[in-house]
Amino acid sequence: MPDREGHFGAFGGRYVAETLMSALIGLETAYRAARRAPSFRNELQTMLRDYAGRPTPLYYAARLTEKARGAKIYIKREDLAHTGSHKINNTLGQGLLALRMGKRRVIAETGAGQHGVATATVCAKMGVSCEVYMGEEDVRRQALNVFRMRLLGARVNPVTSGSRTLKDAMNEALRDWVTNVRNTYYLLGSTAGPHPYPEMVRDFQSVIGREAARQFRKAEGGAPAAVVACVGGGSNAMGIFTPFIPDPGVRLYGVEAGGLGLASGKHGATLSRGRIGVLHGSKSYLLQDAHGQILEAHSISAGLDYPGVGPEHAWLKESGRATYVSVDDAQALEAFDALSRLEGIQPALESSHAVAYALVLARRMRRSETVLLNLSGRGDKDMGILMERKEAGS
Amino acid sequence: MTAIDAAFRRLRAERQKGLVVYLTAGDPTPAASLSYLRAAADAGADLVEVGVPFSDPTADGPTIEAASRRALSAGMSVARSLELVRAFRKTHRTPVVLFGYYNPFFRYGIPGLCADARSAGVDGFLVVDLPLEETGEAVPAMRSAGLDWIPLVAPTTGAKRVRAIQRAGSGFLYLISVTGVTGVRETLPRGMAAWARDVRETARLPVAVGFGISSPEMARKATRHADAAVVGSACVKIVERNGRAPRGPAELSRFVTSLKSAMR
Repeated sequence: MPDREGHFGAFGGRYVAETLMSALIGLETAYRAARRAPSFRNELQTMLRDYAGRPTPLYYAARLTEKARGAKIYIKREDLAHTGSHKINNTLGQGLLALRMGKRRVIAETGAGQHGVATATVCAKMGVSCEVYMGEEDVRRQALNVFRMRLLGARVNPVTSGSRTLKDAMNEALRDWVTNVRNTYYLLGSTAGPHPYPEMVRDFQSVIGREAARQFRKAEGGAPAAVVACVGGGSNAMGIFTPFIPDPGVRLYGVEAGGLGLASGKHGATLSRGRIGVLHGSKSYLLQDAHGQILEAHSISAGLDYPGVGPEHAWLKESGRATYVSVDDAQALEAFDALSRLEGIQPALESSHAVAYALVLARRMRRSETVLLNLSGRGDKDMGILMERKEAGS
Repeated sequence: MTAIDAAFRRLRAERQKGLVVYLTAGDPTPAASLSYLRAAADAGADLVEVGVPFSDPTADGPTIEAASRRALSAGMSVARSLELVRAFRKTHRTPVVLFGYYNPFFRYGIPGLCADARSAGVDGFLVVDLPLEETGEAVPAMRSAGLDWIPLVAPTTGAKRVRAIQRAGSGFLYLISVTGVTGVRETLPRGMAAWARDVRETARLPVAVGFGISSPEMARKATRHADAAVVGSACVKIVERNGRAPRGPAELSRFVTSLKSAMR
């Protein structure tokens, strides 16, 4: 748990303009009250079951395991959740909270568009207006999700500043919030940003880990030896890690975007290669230059293309509880192919990073051991990028 | 007593309202930026706010965001911003507030920053994303170096919080006139006057109003219930229009003169 001001050790906090402070304090109070209220908890639970399709299955990937010739690989199927990724867990929770707080306008940032779609979905269901900020580069490479959001009635605002990706979308969402703070709910999509977002988003995503722990116990009679998840801002990873953190027998691996390779400088490996700093409201690791200017991240997956990372991951790294590794674009594409051909499951490019590392890890482990892999989303949205790649013959 | 305290004391004694001019350090080049700063001070700015550019200025509107980009392309950094202040200090005694986002300051290293800022001639810091709750790391260091930490209050800040914020700061209290980002606006927001009056009645520090103030008329109105007005984006627009051309500082000088005379 973070401290009262939202610090995870030396990380986290609320580094925002004063204009937003009262909104953040109000949000924290409202969230704490909602979390205690049986009506809120029941409603969320019902929605997660009847609307989002939870619990999502835990699947033993026999052919993937065979390929690794090592530990048994189990897949937590967040790709089967409504809207195609884990993002719905958080948007349902925060959407209900926004309604409780009487907010009729919701804004969000999105990278791959998965959080944008999940937000637009919940807003459509709840009948509130929705605006999504998305970098122009991401609008281009995730065009399918942009179309989905528009069909759901959301307004998608392309952001043309900076690297035109997730970082810049978040800048613009913060500018909107600072301007419209009195009537607007900022539905942040990751375990990043100012307190209470990292804690709140983690709590809403922890349903992944709670289900997986229970399902795993039933399947294997214990806990997995290792848990693997991809990390951009870090919400799906925090979601599956959280219930396992107190169990020292479970190793936790976060997989960052290696982009064109760590040596190329074009990557999103914030925890592996970044330095401590402050961006988007919290202190954490950042990709930055010697003068404290933020660097552009690079990844084939828009969702991991972010120069920051959630503060709790920084804390898990610093304390040694979790290990952070990276997988590059080419390895992620190979893993996409492997899961497609061997299991008939097409993962999102973000999740493909976790698949790639799960294979590497399982190969090094004994056959009696187990790996739990969080498949955070499905790959439909990436068909455009994959077509471009295949046509280019890579 | 810091130079900022002295400036407000003098203004009060002369029954004058203060003018704070904001310019982005190194926009469009370090040399041109120095000419603009000097022009503003010569034309009567009582304080200058020197903005250290940041790649992700989330509290700023398009004008200052573009200025930050120009300055960064010209190679501006915290260290070079301090050099700029040092050069300005050779010719001018006008108090200087270093404005910025926390990350470049944090990366520079807070203890070293305070020492170097002091020796360069900086009088205070205004860090836009460092609210009261996060001041523990930097503000005591600033204070012990004899530098003011200028606190900000917004229209969304409750009365109790305004008091707590004031107690933690020194120099002056920066009153953000609108819920929003920086940028030129046509009119002052409704309700601003009443709010500024309320804050000022209980204020321990002089009050400066900023965000959106773009014309002599607005500066005059804004300081009816405040001790000073901050004019930023409107000045930056003059830099944007003129760049390195010598007519730029002359135009800024005329604008600053018109602001000052309207506030008299």
